[in-house]
Amino acid sequence: MHMNTALTIEEFGRKLRAREITSEQMTEQCLQRIEADNARLNTFILVLADQARRQAREADREIVSGHDRGPLHGAPISIKDLIDIRGVPTTAASRVREGHIAERDAPSITHLRQAGAVVVGKTNLHEFAFGTTSEDSAFGPVRNPHDPSRSPGGSSGGSAASIVAGMALASVGTDTGGSIRIPAAACGTVGLKPSHGEVSIDGVVPMSRTFDHVGPLAQTVADACLVYHALLGDSGAIAPAPMPVSGLRLAVPRKYFCDILDDEVRAQFDASLERLREAGARVDDIEIHHAADIVPVYVHISFADAATYHAATLETMAERYTEPVRLRLEAGRYVQAEDYVRALAGREVLRREVDAALAQHDALVLPTMPIAAPLIGANTVMVSGSEQPVRNMMLRLTQLFNVTGHPALAVPCGSTSAGLPCSMQLVGCRMQTDALLRVALACESYIAGTPSPRSGLGGPMSGGPAGGGISGGGTGLMSGGGLSMGSGGRMSGIDGCSIMEKVAAKTEPELEVRSLKSEV
Amino acid sequence: MTIDQWLQAALADADRRGLPALKPLLEALARATRALRAADFNDDATK
Repeated sequence: MHMNTALTIEEFGRKLRAREITSEQMTEQCLQRIEADNARLNTFILVLADQARRQAREADREIVSGHDRGPLHGAPISIKDLIDIRGVPTTAASRVREGHIAERDAPSITHLRQAGAVVVGKTNLHEFAFGTTSEDSAFGPVRNPHDPSRSPGGSSGGSAASIVAGMALASVGTDTGGSIRIPAAACGTVGLKPSHGEVSIDGVVPMSRTFDHVGPLAQTVADACLVYHALLGDSGAIAPAPMPVSGLRLAVPRKYFCDILDDEVRAQFDASLERLREAGARVDDIEIHHAADIVPVYVHISFADAATYHAATLETMAERYTEPVRLRLEAGRYVQAEDYVRALAGREVLRREVDAALAQHDALVLPTMPIAAPLIGANTVMVSGSEQPVRNMMLRLTQLFNVTGHPALAVPCGSTSAGLPCSMQLVGCRMQTDALLRVALACESYIAGTPSPRSGLGGPMSGGPAGGGISGGGTGLMSGGGLSMGSGGRMSGIDGCSIMEKVAAKTEPELEVRSLKSEV
Repeated sequence: MTIDQWLQAALADADRRGLPALKPLLEALARATRALRAADFNDDATK
């Protein structure tokens, strides 16, 4: 299995401008990785090979002519197949969407095009983004590049897997309860859910418009920052300078958020906290007093929102949904109006409590997911000797910040003894995503316990700020010859973009609530 | 409508619609609703 040794967007940009690599070469490298591994990982629903090549050649022509669109210029990225790209289907990984063709680009896609990004394809996901494992898809389950028997997380599972497998330098996903941060955690990438309302959700198939967000998955915090700004339409922005770790004020909401953690996840989280302390950060414990109400608030709003969007098709084409997603949508139809209103009130309470927790701190820090990537098909998982529903575990630490709208970022945080990634989550003040990114840039290498991914920055392994990080050296990226995805291949078709052959509906996993008391 | 009344009605409706597999989800939703209604942020017309 090829694991990503590709350049970051920052490294690619430097080489592009130094004429050491072209966008066409980088794009071919990604298309080669797709050709090699997509059949096993099921990462892409649609590969836009010819379009991507055309975009890459145009990006190269622009660079030669002096037209530089900014940090994403010529960078190959993938897009979750929940977001409209003009002229191709937005499947939402569902047979319900058969025959759909998007009439226009979503605003976020327009902004990426203006930034010069090259779109290599649309990634697989949990059907209609209503799940955390990316298993229930009309196109079959996405598999984790670290261990194909395991889930990549979800719902943006294909997005995270595409980065780890070297199929794209970054990706754009959506997050309604953790659907960017959960796959980022399961696959070992960075994932940013911006502050609510910052990035347009127009042209995105909704799960819950109350909680939906669009944001980047990337290899580094700096790359996530670049894609985030491009999504905003600010294509020229560069990653900000990180603030010093020394003096940072961090807060850990231990009660509830650290109550149920896999032992190895807890050990990695604690080790990261200790490195941050040693670097001079102040780490306090705080409490979100209504944390026990997070799930009831989240469920009543998100399930009702989703059921409303799907009410008509549940009546007319119910058989086209995967069974687990159909049942969750049906359950949402039974939420009563008075309870929806109660949940809206609870949302305000939780928002104020997170605001208060951040009033004296630069960021909250907590694990992103209590467990490492679960096995595909597992309904439950053992956590410190206790059997827990997989879905509940995966959502437990992320969904609060969809409820409250605070920006939240998943950063790799070591790995288990089996080599599965762990992740730390940083949460910032509402509408201050850039401030959160500056904190994360400072903390990233200490959280990971590795040299800074940004050239020239220090880290715990590099002897301080002047120690120099890794410099993004040789990766063999220049060796790519012409990759043919021409006629007859699985990914061939009109304009080089074709929908993967739909796999037969998989055997549906038993809903976790059948075997254990669930939080829905 | 109490939660128990709601649950009984919902289960009967799901059965009538040929969706008996909804039972565990509706029971889980009932637990979530019970927790939501017990929260201290709810309005109380006597106060």
